[in-house]
Amino acid sequence: MTVIGTPLKRKEDPKLLTGEGKYVDDIHAVGELWMGMVRSTMAHATIDGVDTSAAAGMPGVHAVYTGAQLMDMGLWAAPLPCAWPVTPDMVNPPHYPVATGEVHHVGEIIAVVLADTRARAADAAEQVEVSYGPLPAVASIAEARTDGAKAHSELASNKSYTWALVPDPAALDAAFAAATHHVTAEFTQQRLIPVPMEPRGVLAVPGVAGGDVTIYSSSQVPHFLKILLAATTGISESKIRAVAPAVGGGFGAKLNINPDESLALVLANKLGRPVRWTETRSEAAFSTHQGRGQLQRIELAADADGKLLGVRVHLDADMGAYMMLVTPGVPLLGSFLYTGVYDVPAFGFTCDGWFTNMTPTDAYRGAGRPEASYAIERAMDILAGKVGVGPDEIRRRNYLAGGEKFENLAVPSTLVFDSGHYGPSLDLALDKAGYGDLRAEQARRRAAGDSKQLGIGLCTYVEICGLAPSRALGGLGFGSGGWEHAVVRLLPTGKAEVVSGSTPHGQGHETSWSMIVADKLGIDPADVTVLHSDTAISPLGLDTYGSRSLAVGGVAISMACDKVIDKARLIAAHQMEANPEDLEFAEGAFTVKGSPDKTMPIQAIAFGAFLAHNLPDGMEPNLQEQMTFDPSNFAFPFGTHVAVVEVDETTGQVDLLRYVAVDDCGNQINPLIVEGQIHGGIVQGVAQALWEDAAWDADGNLRNPSLLDYLVPSAAEMPSFETAFTVTPSPANPLGVKGVGEAGTIGSAAAVINAVCDALSPHGITDIEMPATPRRVWKAIQEAKQ
Amino acid sequence: MQVDMTVNGQDRSADVEARTLLVYYLRDAVGLTGTNVGCDTSSCGACTVLLNGESVKSCTILAAQVRGADVTTIEGLADGTALHPMQQAFMECHGLQCGYCTPGMVLAATSLLADNPRPTEAEVREGLEGNLCRCTGYHNIVKAVLHTAEHDAAFWQARASKSGVTA
Ligand code: FES
Ligand code: FES
Repeated sequence: MTVIGTPLKRKEDPKLLTGEGKYVDDIHAVGELWMGMVRSTMAHATIDGVDTSAAAGMPGVHAVYTGAQLMDMGLWAAPLPCAWPVTPDMVNPPHYPVATGEVHHVGEIIAVVLADTRARAADAAEQVEVSYGPLPAVASIAEARTDGAKAHSELASNKSYTWALVPDPAALDAAFAAATHHVTAEFTQQRLIPVPMEPRGVLAVPGVAGGDVTIYSSSQVPHFLKILLAATTGISESKIRAVAPAVGGGFGAKLNINPDESLALVLANKLGRPVRWTETRSEAAFSTHQGRGQLQRIELAADADGKLLGVRVHLDADMGAYMMLVTPGVPLLGSFLYTGVYDVPAFGFTCDGWFTNMTPTDAYRGAGRPEASYAIERAMDILAGKVGVGPDEIRRRNYLAGGEKFENLAVPSTLVFDSGHYGPSLDLALDKAGYGDLRAEQARRRAAGDSKQLGIGLCTYVEICGLAPSRALGGLGFGSGGWEHAVVRLLPTGKAEVVSGSTPHGQGHETSWSMIVADKLGIDPADVTVLHSDTAISPLGLDTYGSRSLAVGGVAISMACDKVIDKARLIAAHQMEANPEDLEFAEGAFTVKGSPDKTMPIQAIAFGAFLAHNLPDGMEPNLQEQMTFDPSNFAFPFGTHVAVVEVDETTGQVDLLRYVAVDDCGNQINPLIVEGQIHGGIVQGVAQALWEDAAWDADGNLRNPSLLDYLVPSAAEMPSFETAFTVTPSPANPLGVKGVGEAGTIGSAAAVINAVCDALSPHGITDIEMPATPRRVWKAIQEAKQ
Repeated sequence: MQVDMTVNGQDRSADVEARTLLVYYLRDAVGLTGTNVGCDTSSCGACTVLLNGESVKSCTILAAQVRGADVTTIEGLADGTALHPMQQAFMECHGLQCGYCTPGMVLAATSLLADNPRPTEAEVREGLEGNLCRCTGYHNIVKAVLHTAEHDAAFWQARASKSGVTA
């Protein structure tokens, strides 16, 4: 029976389809108090006074605390954590859950109200009077770089760090000196608001005797949450239980240790009452970090045929007001991918991280990799134009290994790509798209002077995921390992139970993990139960982000199953009076080689282990094994995407007509789930290309915090997608799997903007800034006509 | 103030503040938490319920405005343990991932088919414009709705003729 590779329907669905899924906001505790946050209305100011008297007297209000009062209460042992000090001298101003003295972005918490209902907490928070002493705000990277105004008064410079990866500077200079073609391009990665549909929320419930505190949080990282809240509050790690119940999407937005989580924990612990909070959507633009926020400069050096000789990149990255959990490391995650899928002899990357007076940035779907893939894939199209070849041809000329299949290939950015096979990916994508016909249709419209022009955009991406080898992460300064833990046990009645340290928020882990176990142990996936996302049940884990769950956590489960089979073999051999080596395990049963009638199903062995009446001498009476897997390498999924857009030259409107995605994530466990991940990922990249943009004004105010103005696409803006897959297994793990959670996003923004620029190329337009709004496109056309 | 209504076929009554929105009446007073809140600007549709058979965003109405009404939430859609055809189709077609938009999306989709039993893909996309999903990219949601229209045509025709709407 092979379950792996089949489109099994998800186990998660019945609950979620009937309203039985319990998200944090659905869970209540007796006597709970709601937090209402008093948030700064200024981007940068001294806090000259906080008058809480009116709020404190309102009905249902239990207490109001200012930042200064909370600090005096001694509730924190350390500021909120940044787990990725990218350089030893990185500047990192202390970030406490509530501001004291000075605020550094609109929405920073100044005081917190505790009241008996959500509405009363919000009402009372509005009655707290704050007097400010305005300070100049730094509201863009460009402004940060001038070092005129400082984002924090005490800083000597807005620059936090400079990080460089230039393996061979002399070779890089030589490559540029020898080149025939040079491309220099600058791109803006606008800030994005992640918008998981479930807003973040938290509920902290103290134990009756003031002992343990359970924190329910809409989090991707309950294990990190427990450890880091312990470290920053001084509450013992063994006293904290973190639970991520049903979580309504994450996309990186729930990969953090947030002020509200820390506040709920310390106040619940202090007051002995449950404390809760759920962000409103408009509040989320300030209470949850944002994504992207980079200025990129990429330079290509190529010979006369367009063969790349060198790539040089500089980033200026917007950290926002504070370093959150992995803020400074996000650009670094992309650093290794600025040479894309190409054979580039010389490479150099530098990044400056800048403080600004805006919501902090941090991981958002792809985290550093969509930015990298965008820069190289946009630049390759510009190079194609200079060389005078098509976008497909320029790519073919430069693929690693000439587009042939490879394994364990060292690239100049110092990594070793696990496997790749880029040529067939492009072939399949062009074939599926009907590339020749599309070019013919484009030519027809151009010749006819049609007001609606066609654009065809390619992107061949590679990404780095499965984060992964602990040593490599250590080398990057990341304050965590990259392993994952799993326990697999057989219950007395022969059902299997899996405990996983991965923490899903929509990815369908319960289904995929059941399939892995079912396949390994030869049992029905329905007989597998998966436990996760509660540190009392799954104490060891490193959670879900960076498309790591399957390539690390799923593999850990598979390897734990191997150990279960090994132990079961000893029990079976003992009870069947055979040599362990003479037993074969298939279809869930051990059979003595050559005697097909002598057989023992794994369920019987499980029951035998439970009874413990007849086990080998000294064997522990259970059928349970654990595995902590630390892979030897990252995984490098890849693919080719083709976007087809129609640009209305009279209005500047861009419509996405078709989207073809050919992806390779190695072996697949459940193709239904894989495809779903690709679909969702594509839309987030398309949204960056065409609509989404957190628009901060010069004073550091966000003009579009709500869903009225922040344009998350609906079904009406999207076509159905045309997907296909190639399969190039990873040699870095025994399942041969890679990762797929972010791939769609990593490929799609570049494909769409390449398509828009392709449509506009007759005007001599080579770039359109994201998002390619009608106004921007129309303006570019008008300017080109002059 | 006392507000009465029928929710999923049961009479409900609760004493709530006059400003209570229908969504919070359902979630907090009645205790049915399947109806989700995804925004504060009536933009996302996570809170969609059926009000006298028509889909509405329950964050846009006060509970007091719909006294005596007949409300169906996601908890009331299945027939006992048998999923509604639309719920079944979402499962078949993998039309949900995190599930947060799902209750609203499923109810909006049933209402869409009740009005237009054989929609085109474009009509489905337009019809669901008010419901945002951040996970699925809509591809499989649209597929699920078209799948339901095709496989349960009789069901929807009957529903449509009952409500006096013709295809
Ligand atoms: S919660 Fe009602 S539309 Fe968003
Ligand atoms: S399934 Fe997550 S928002 Fe739609």
